[in-house]
Parts: sequence; C-alpha cells; structure tokens
Amino acid sequence: MNRDVSITTWILIAFGIVNIYFLTTGKLSFGLEGLGLITAVALTLAIYSFLYKDNPAFKIVENLFVGVAMGYWIIITWFNILKPDVLEPLIVPLFKDTGKSPQYIVIIPTILGIFMLLRFSTKLSWLSRWSFAFVVGLGSGITIPNFVHAFILKQMEPTFAPLYTGDILGSINTFLILLGVVSVLIYFFFSVEHKGVVGGVSVIGVWFLMVAFGASFGFTVMARMSLLIGRVQFLLRDWLGIIQ
Amino acid sequence: MERLLSIDRRYIFVFVALAVTIPLLIKFDLPVPVTKEVKGIYNKIDSLPEGAHVLIAFDFDPASKEELLPMALALLHHCFRKNVKVVGMTLNPGGTGLANSAITDTGKQYEKIQGEDYVFLGYKTGVELVMINMGENIYSAFPKDFYGNATVDLPVLKGVQSLTDFDYVIDLASGSSIEAWIAFGKEKYDFDLGAGCTAVIGPDMYPFLQAKQINGLMSGLKGAAEYEILINRKSTAVAGMSPQSVVHVIVVLFVIFGNFLYFMSGRKR
Amino acid sequence: MNFLKRTIPLVIAFIMGVMMVFQYYVPHEASQSLLKVVTRWGITIAGFAVFIGAYSLFHLHWNKIKRKFPGWGYSIFVFFGAGITIIFGLYNGGEFFLHDKQEGTMFDWMYFNVQVPAGATMFSILAFFMASAAYRTFRARTNEATILLVAAVIVMLGRVPIGAMIWEYLPPIADWIMSVPNMAAKRAILIGVSIGAIATSLKIIFGIERAYLGGGD
Repeated sequence: MNRDVSITTWILIAFGIVNIYFLTTGKLSFGLEGLGLITAVALTLAIYSFLYKDNPAFKIVENLFVGVAMGYWIIITWFNILKPDVLEPLIVPLFKDTGKSPQYIVIIPTILGIFMLLRFSTKLSWLSRWSFAFVVGLGSGITIPNFVHAFILKQMEPTFAPLYTGDILGSINTFLILLGVVSVLIYFFFSVEHKGVVGGVSVIGVWFLMVAFGASFGFTVMARMSLLIGRVQFLLRDWLGIIQ
Repeated sequence: MERLLSIDRRYIFVFVALAVTIPLLIKFDLPVPVTKEVKGIYNKIDSLPEGAHVLIAFDFDPASKEELLPMALALLHHCFRKNVKVVGMTLNPGGTGLANSAITDTGKQYEKIQGEDYVFLGYKTGVELVMINMGENIYSAFPKDFYGNATVDLPVLKGVQSLTDFDYVIDLASGSSIEAWIAFGKEKYDFDLGAGCTAVIGPDMYPFLQAKQINGLMSGLKGAAEYEILINRKSTAVAGMSPQSVVHVIVVLFVIFGNFLYFMSGRKR
Repeated sequence: MNFLKRTIPLVIAFIMGVMMVFQYYVPHEASQSLLKVVTRWGITIAGFAVFIGAYSLFHLHWNKIKRKFPGWGYSIFVFFGAGITIIFGLYNGGEFFLHDKQEGTMFDWMYFNVQVPAGATMFSILAFFMASAAYRTFRARTNEATILLVAAVIVMLGRVPIGAMIWEYLPPIADWIMSVPNMAAKRAILIGVSIGAIATSLKIIFGIERAYLGGGD
C-alpha cells in the first residue's frame, strides 16, 4: 500500500510540474483551453493507471465518464429530436403566434413516446406496451422484405456466379466461395445430424469459420492497437508537443 | 519455462507501450500500399462534378474516434478540394460533437460557407426508420439542421429531395449501421454507397464488397492511412502505421513465443 | 383490462407489421406517404427512449448508494458527471434550452475534454489485454485452433506496411484470406443471421414472440 501511495504521489508531482512548466512557458494557455487539455490528459492517464492495478482514480473516471456520456445523450436528444420534432411543430405554436399552425398529427408519436416512459410506473406500465408494439411491429414489418432482398437474394446472386469465366484462378476462388458459403450454412443447420456427407461438409465449414475467426482476431488486434496509437499520439503531440 | 509462461502481465504491457511509443518518437516512414477497396471510394469522389452532393454519416462515437476520425477528415478534405457539397449526419448521439467539429473545422480551412457548401444535420435516433424517412423525404427526417436552421431554406440542399438524389453516400461506422444503410438505404432507394468502419467489423464487410452493395471500404487506421496517401495529405493515420507495424510484429512474436514455450513444456497448460 | 393490456398491443404489432410488409410491395403514392408518416412517428417515439436509458442508469447507481453496496461512493460521480453536463446543456451558454444550441459552450467543453478522451482511452486499454491474451492463451492445441492462429498471424502481418518487407507475398495472401474464405464464411453467417431476424420478425407480427410486452399480465 505504501509503495502505491508513493508511486501515486510521485506521478502527481511530475504531472503537476510538467503542466506548470507548460503554463509558465506559454505552451499551454491559462483559461478553458489549457484547463481542458490538462483535464483530458489527467483522465487519460487515470484510465491507464488501471494497467498497473485497479484503483480509485480509474473507478472515479469510469463513473464520471458514464455520467457525462448519459448527460450528453440527454441534451443532444433534446436539441436534435425533442425540440425540433415535438416542441417546435406542436407545442410552441399552441401558445405563441409563430405564423404556423400547430401540427396536431405530432400528438400521436408524442403520446406514444410518453407512454413508453410509463414502463417504470407500477400501475400504468401496460400503456408502454402500445408504444413498444408500434415500434417493434413497424421494425418487423420493414425488416422482412428488406432483409430478404438485401441480405438473402442479393448475397446469393454472386455466390452462384458461373464457375468458369476463362480464368483458372478466378474459377477456383468462385468455387471456394460457393463451397465456403454452403458448408458453413450446413454446419449451422442443426436439424440434420452431422454424419456421413453432411458431417464431412460441415467439417469443411468449420475450417472456413476458423479462417474467418482468425481474420477477425487479426483485425481486432489491429483495431485495439490503433486506438492505443491514437491516445499515445494525443499525449506526445497535443500535450507534450514532442512529435509533429 | 513455467515461470516464463506465467510472467506478470504487466511486463507484456510495458512491451506494448514501448512498441507503440518508440516508433512514434523515432519517426520512420513505411510505404503504405493502397488497396482497391479504398481506391473505390477515392475514385468515386474524385469523379464527382463540382456541386455534387455527398452524404457522410458519422455513425461512431469517441470510443472509435482514433480509427474513424482520421477517415472522416481525409474524406472531408477530398470533398472540399473537389468543391463537392457535403451533408453530414449521425445516428450515434456520442458522435454528434466530433462530427460537427470535423465538418466545420475542415470547411473553414477551405473557406467554405456553412449552409451553402456544407451542412451538419445533427443526430436522429431510430436507425432504419431515419434511413427510410430520409429516403422518402430528407426534410421530413431533418426539418432543422444542427444549429436550428430550417433545412428547406438551405442552399446546400438545393436539388436534394431524398436519399436517391445524393451522388454518393458514405457511412463511417463503429456498429451495425453499414448493414442498415445497405438494407434500408442503398437497396431500397438506389444510390452509390461507400463505407468506412473500425477494423473490428472490417472482415464482416467483405460479403457486401463482393456483392457490390458497397463500392469501397476503408477499414481501421490502415484504411484511413491509405486515403491520406491518396489525397496526398499525410496525417495521424499515416504516422500511426509505423507503430502499428511494430506492435503487430510484437504480438505475432508473443504468439510464437507463447506457443514455443507451451509445446516445450509438454502442453501442460 | 386484459383487452387493453394484452390484446391491443398484439393487434398494433400485427397491423403495423403486415401493413409495412404490404407497403413494400405496393409502391403507390398513398403507401409511400404512409411509410413516410409512420417512420417519422417512429423517430419521435424512439427519441423518448433516452429517458428509459437514463432512468435505468440512475436507478442502478441510486440503489448502489442507498444500499451502500461496496464501492457505492464511485456511483456519486455518475450523478456528478451527468448533473454538470445536463446543467451546462440546459444553460446553453446563457441562451437556455428553449433556444437553438449554442457553440463553444461549457457543455461542449465537457464533451471534448471529458467524454471524448475518457471514451477513447477506455477502449484502448483492451490493446494491452489482447497482447497479453495472445501470449498466454492463443495456443495451437488442435487442428482448428492452428488454422485460426495461422490465419490470424498472416492477416496481422499482411495488413500492415511491414508485412511486405517480411515477405512480399504476405499482403496478397492476407487479401486472399479476406476476400475468399473469410468472405464466404461471413456471407454464410450473414445469411443465417438474416433468416433468424426474419423469423423473429414473423414471430413478433403473429404474436408468438412477446418479450417486448415485458413481464406481468
């Protein structure tokens, strides 16, 4: 524990000295901009302190972040949805002469929206079902035809492309794609026992899946490392100013 | 050997941190070859005439900013250089501020006028409902822009009634929005669609590329770096390619070394 | 009451679902305007959902504080962060929330200096844990695991600039993996998932899947 306290103290002292140096030399501005950068760096370092071990600084930032993100979501929803889509077309013209008549039709989604929030009421939560039924029914209705068209028919089409087009390598690839799609689908098809030919084909399906999962793993490593690179660039460039 | 296999993971963390930091400090450039997937998006934008309309959906939030913001900036630079009209929007509330500042700041660099050359429409929720509503009438989905201006009055949207009227649509996604743009946008309202995404979902996009449901794909920081090379504006993504290379080699060495120890120790673990 | 609580929602879902499926195949002017109206309503209704998210989050953390769960003190920071952001958002740089959103306010400051750096850093931590997992658990135990491992290594090296320097054929092999075997498997998964989504949608429309009704009678 003592060791952790001394490490924390030294880090805080170093952090303080660096920022005071930047503020006095004019590298960082006094005021909101400079304070903003210091805050951003402090939060970044506090989160990375988790790599040493779980600690209160990390937990504070984690919870603060969740709170700020929720606050941001609420305010952005107000300015981007509730204000322009409910308040301005419906409520404002009711009380103020804006030269436009209220759009009474907006009452329906507004009421359904308010009903949705009754989910947390003990007596009236059943009203929220009407709103959910509307949204879920609407979603289901548009999903069926659009998915059939975009993800089944349009995806089947190139799968069953002519196998021979004059290019041997191209033909091999076309065949492999057909084999891969069919074998993976058979692997996922559990209604038939995976024995005999079906079993053999589903083994090929597993190989294709393994290659795909390997590719996904490689890409995930790439993604996470990119995020880290971005943050290190932020620290070295925006804060310390030692890279361009 | 047992001890090597069970070393404190913090030593591994130090390796990773150094593998990322040192290449950034000792600047060395690696050639970034451009793939045909990224070229697809570049060629499309490059072929657009002045005044054409491009819709960019910034469907990501700060969690994937380091991968997708460089892409967004590279695209915006290309569009503004080509004097193409840029319309921005987002389906992710957390991405609103990033999207707005990306469009506005880049627009200013090219002395573009907000409302005339570019507009940020802001955030709407409901994903596929927003796409279909925009496909029917964009002014219904977005009656106001991010700043509260009535969209019908904006010169930048002149000639645009619905999604069909856009010359190109690009979705920058950290989630499943590309699938939605394909099913409820492109296939329903017939427009050219390009995509940029985090590397995590990159491999899932290949079926759409092969079926020509998207005409191009930038995945991850590498995709952004390729676009920076294409528009001849090397920035954070290209600078990130040297640490990216080194850290990948380190991870591969970890895998090989870990397996070597595992087999040498008689597969006990 | 059962009629209002159970039958009406099922009827609403059925009517909306069937109407939207038919709408797709009847591109008449009236059906287009119907589509426009209901999707517009859907966007507005979905807008209210933010409060459901907010309630769930605040309720969870309020309970932690009230019942003094271990680490309850940290939950105070959720309210602190949300409270400050909401106050700055409503204050709107002195224009208050009934006016249009102002630029460069303290609300934006909170976003750019707290939410953006914290959000971006939080997920970058996984970089370290992935490297650790690669060393400790990524083993060629079986043939399948070996295929996965080899594909991962080729893709990891082939997709970065250094790959071509190690072996000039790495990038083309990585590209081939992505666009042939990976593509085929991902397409099969896509088709499978889509069939699943279509089946679930049908179940919702015909009242077989009722999870959206929530619990109770």
